[in-house]
Amino acid sequence: MDLYGFLSQVLVGLSRTVILFIVSSGLSLILGVLRIPNVAHGSLYMIGAFAAYSITKFFGGTDIGFWAALLGAPLFVALISFIAERAVFQFLYEREHIMLLLLTFGFSLIFGDLVKLVWGGEYKTVAVPKVLQGYVLLFKHLHLPLYNAFLLVLGPIMAFLLWLFVNKTKIGKISRAAAVDREMVGAVGINVSWVFGITFVVGCFLAGLGGMLVAPTISVTLGMDHTLIMESFLIVIIGGLGNIWGALLGALIFGLAQSLGILMWPKFGIVFPYAAVVLVLTFKPRGLLKSTW
Amino acid sequence: MVKNGQGRRILYAILILLFLFPFFAPRFYVYLMSLVLLYGLLATSLNLVLGYGGMFQFHHCVFYGVGAYATALILTKTQLHPIFAFLAAPLSGAMLSLIMGIICVRLSRLYFGMLQISLGSLVWAIVYRWYSFTGGDDGIHGIPVPEIIGSTNGAYYFTLIITGISMFLLYLIVNSPFGKTLQGIRDNALRSEMIGVNVKLHQLAALTIAGFFAGVAGMLFVVVDTTVFPEMLFWTLSLEVLIMCLVGGWFSFLGPMLGAAVILTLRTIVSTYTVYWALVLGITMTLVIFFLPNGILGFLEERLMRGKKADA
Repeated sequence: MDLYGFLSQVLVGLSRTVILFIVSSGLSLILGVLRIPNVAHGSLYMIGAFAAYSITKFFGGTDIGFWAALLGAPLFVALISFIAERAVFQFLYEREHIMLLLLTFGFSLIFGDLVKLVWGGEYKTVAVPKVLQGYVLLFKHLHLPLYNAFLLVLGPIMAFLLWLFVNKTKIGKISRAAAVDREMVGAVGINVSWVFGITFVVGCFLAGLGGMLVAPTISVTLGMDHTLIMESFLIVIIGGLGNIWGALLGALIFGLAQSLGILMWPKFGIVFPYAAVVLVLTFKPRGLLKSTW
Repeated sequence: MVKNGQGRRILYAILILLFLFPFFAPRFYVYLMSLVLLYGLLATSLNLVLGYGGMFQFHHCVFYGVGAYATALILTKTQLHPIFAFLAAPLSGAMLSLIMGIICVRLSRLYFGMLQISLGSLVWAIVYRWYSFTGGDDGIHGIPVPEIIGSTNGAYYFTLIITGISMFLLYLIVNSPFGKTLQGIRDNALRSEMIGVNVKLHQLAALTIAGFFAGVAGMLFVVVDTTVFPEMLFWTLSLEVLIMCLVGGWFSFLGPMLGAAVILTLRTIVSTYTVYWALVLGITMTLVIFFLPNGILGFLEERLMRGKKADA
């Protein structure tokens, strides 16, 4: 394989990393602040992708449909998570991790079957909008699909927005304080339950956004949540629980190990990212960057 | 648990019923009961580290799957005597558990569970992709099981006897000084360390034993179903076994076995009416977590204790 082909493969791999980062940062936020190992996060990502399909179909496959989906699908997911949080999760924050893990697993089972009920079991595809079709010429012979370039631009923007939310807004600051000592935050007169609720919804919004963005690059199908949720858990763990930059670093390691692994040894490419995770955790068992707890 | 005469009498009655079961039950139910027994054994082996050891073993099914694959591969690919295939399962389960345990045991709680699940996923990915050796995502079908245990009834009695012996051994382990120490570590690891208990070594031993009996369960699945497939090592199955422990009650010895029976029976009944079994399971789980956090047996025991207190 020539150098340009190799480089463009790496860049396509990097654009997949962006999606992994967006989903994992939401998971990391929820784990860091609420301490819920949210298995249902993957199902929300899947719902985001299916919602993107429905919205683009509603607009008849035009470009407006894509932009409407970009906003609408994550908001729809956020609404679902808001209902689930207020109706069930908010009563169980004090339970053991393992109970929360099983509860969210129960929700992922419920969401999975509801998706089957609403959208059916067939493959769905979402078209790339006309503006983002085609290729960009980055260098002499280095071609990159425009949609992947769009993702590569979007990644840093999302990271910056998230950094703004966590560090510069009031609610972000309160949620970081609540991650460290929730009783003290409650004692100074802040309604911790609502802070947790908002953080949860923001995290789930990111899952929906990731699902929406991945929809044009893959075929949307049932079961796409199962591998993704495992991957994002591992990313969050190797990056450091609750650390947004850790999620970025973890996604980079995981995504690059995946794309380079497939290039080097196609048959066992799937093994490389897991091996990378084991390697990291053997030497840095609590993740590469500082975790919030 | 079985100290009082009444409890022991109920246990004997259940054992006799289980032995007579194939004489009056149709074939499908005999098959189902074999599955209940082996999943019950799997859940009980998990509960040794989960309920008694307090360790978050999120991905227990790896040892079950590896045991099943060890049996299947020896039966299909070698000319060795079947007894080696049956011995290979628990040994490979224990070996893998020991190796993973050495890596994981220095961590605690959620970090332990996460490292464990990533190591398990690594094993899953290898099994899933290694077509020439494990059959990849197709798995292995039509495994030649020795004739005497090849029939549904033969497989049932084999499963019943092996599960019975394993459960008895696990019961002895739980009630041995080792088991008591393990529970002490669960309740207060620091204090146990202070009085001179080697905490990590005890946890490692418990993990190895749990892997051993998970391997036994995997071997039984090969006998009952004559197939293996990579989903046996996928993390969703591990969480389903965790659900069995939760539903039955993970502070009682027989809780996980009861949980396996409840979940598998429910699945069989629901599946005849609808394809949305996962939906029913998810809702059941949520209700159990809300209203029966100690599981069915835990709830009954609590009731019994309250009744006794009221009498006294």
